[in-house]
Amino acid sequence: MADLAQPQSVPGHQGHEGETRRDFLILTAGAIGAVGVAAAIWPFIDSLNPARDTLALSTTEVDLAPLQVGQRLTVSWRGKPVFIDHRTPEEIKAAQEVDVSSLRDPEADAKRVKKSDWLVIVGVCTHLGCIPLGNKTGDDRGAFGGWFCPCHGSVYDTSGRIRQGPAPLNLVVPPYEFTSDAAIKIG
Amino acid sequence: MALPTHTVPSPPSTSSRLIRWIDYRLPIVSFVEHELTAYPTPRNLNYWWNFGSLAGIILVIMIVSGVVLAMHYTPHAELAFDSVERIMRDVNYGWLLRYIHMNGASMFFLIVYIHLFRGLYYGSYKYPRELLWILGVVILLLMMATAFMGYVLPWGQMSYWAATVITNLFSAIPVVGQKIVTLLWGGFTVGNPTLNRFFSLHYLLPFVIVAVVGLHLLALHQHGSNNPLGIDRRGPQDSIPFHPYYTIKDMFGLCVFLIVFAIFVFYIPNYAGHPDNYIPANPMVTPNHIVPEWYFLPYYAILRSVPNKLLGVILMFGAVLILFLVPWLDTSRVRSARYRPIYRLVSWLLPIDAVILGWVGSQPPAGVVVTIGQLATLYYFLHFLVLMPLIGKLERPRPLPISIGEAVLGPSAAPRAGN
Repeated sequence: MADLAQPQSVPGHQGHEGETRRDFLILTAGAIGAVGVAAAIWPFIDSLNPARDTLALSTTEVDLAPLQVGQRLTVSWRGKPVFIDHRTPEEIKAAQEVDVSSLRDPEADAKRVKKSDWLVIVGVCTHLGCIPLGNKTGDDRGAFGGWFCPCHGSVYDTSGRIRQGPAPLNLVVPPYEFTSDAAIKIG
Repeated sequence: MALPTHTVPSPPSTSSRLIRWIDYRLPIVSFVEHELTAYPTPRNLNYWWNFGSLAGIILVIMIVSGVVLAMHYTPHAELAFDSVERIMRDVNYGWLLRYIHMNGASMFFLIVYIHLFRGLYYGSYKYPRELLWILGVVILLLMMATAFMGYVLPWGQMSYWAATVITNLFSAIPVVGQKIVTLLWGGFTVGNPTLNRFFSLHYLLPFVIVAVVGLHLLALHQHGSNNPLGIDRRGPQDSIPFHPYYTIKDMFGLCVFLIVFAIFVFYIPNYAGHPDNYIPANPMVTPNHIVPEWYFLPYYAILRSVPNKLLGVILMFGAVLILFLVPWLDTSRVRSARYRPIYRLVSWLLPIDAVILGWVGSQPPAGVVVTIGQLATLYYFLHFLVLMPLIGKLERPRPLPISIGEAVLGPSAAPRAGN
């Protein structure tokens, strides 16, 4: 029975020590199983994403005619506040004269507006999602005359760009278009 | 809570044939005897050791009050606030149930923070109890998630903006951050889908906590409780049975705790709350000064102390996750701070630092508050990452007693050779 101690050519035993057809089957079956489980988990995760009716709430139309120079308006778009600012010449000048390279999130004012009189931004602080102050008369507008977030002290300028505080990015410009000289459609 | 082995366990110490019949097939009676009544426990546990069982009891109180509240609560953005007001005004004893649940959350954290500090002071996380400690930190994390989601359910202004700020923490993750936040919300802002899933998870997670508490106890009973001396039990003279000695001690502690709890529930039920949460949620207006519940204030202060968003979020989560590493950050082999002259003093700096951070978190972030917050944040991490490893190496511990029995009862109770 000495031959029992010798490596034998058992069916399925090929190549290196310990590599058998059974190992191969276990590994492939395991891999296919893992892919299957991952595929089965996906519907559960994706069900948490916005549903179709939520996605359907898409556009908001705003009449700008009643808004005087210097006035600010808040409208709701997709459940978020959108700030519309009919900027004064001083505010426009202040926004345009900043050295863009000195900003945390460098962006020229011209790229953030379609008409320099009108600034349209999503009024959600890019830090942790609070609504900044500054859109109502009497609000604290912060050191740059734009908006000031009371939660953690982020300060935005008259172009809605981040100037001080913990927020990493400028206030977001939503997709919008002028449907006439005095009306816009957001979304 | 050692599981029954393959051998038949010792029969229960009863003469009742019925109980013996049951126990032979379903060993619950011998299990209770083994793990609760006769369970050998160090004879020198002090009142700091009450907080483990207290935490278990308040968990049961939270689940019972929560299950009944869920029978009256409506998880819908339009109806949630009013359904909570209905619980307060119209449901029989609804005010009591809600105040128990509300203040119970605060009590739960208070108890668990004391329990955690007990572990830190007496070195309960050291060999062979590292996994016991880690399971405890897992429970703490689950509690935090549960408490946060529960706070959102009344759908007041603080609920809404707490949900907004906390979920936005995940937007700090590079590249996929915003996608994750949208996934968490089920929309483009915190809204009805968010409220629904938070309610579902708020109901689920306590039962996950119960399961992890089971593992925590399984790990605890493997090697038994640590004790104020931090030395192992060496013989029967070092132990006493859990019942009646510690059942009565825990009952006494429970009575004291219930008095404190009742004072909050009946006399100052909104002391830990915030008046803004009695204003219905308004997605268009953020309250001027938003603060989390008191038990999250230290972490909130850490978040605000860092001027960089991503780093702030990392440090805030790191402040909790660092607890996982404590068994390996502490390099001293002596468990109890009683025999560690330097660590004994330094260990108190951590709760003091946490209280300072808590105060900072409650203040508007301006002026000297910011500086204090940054210093206290620095100390927090210094304590774990520098002081703990360093003191363990440098300090000369005092000599340990030979045995618990000797230290408690005098030299006559020292273990004798061949005992």
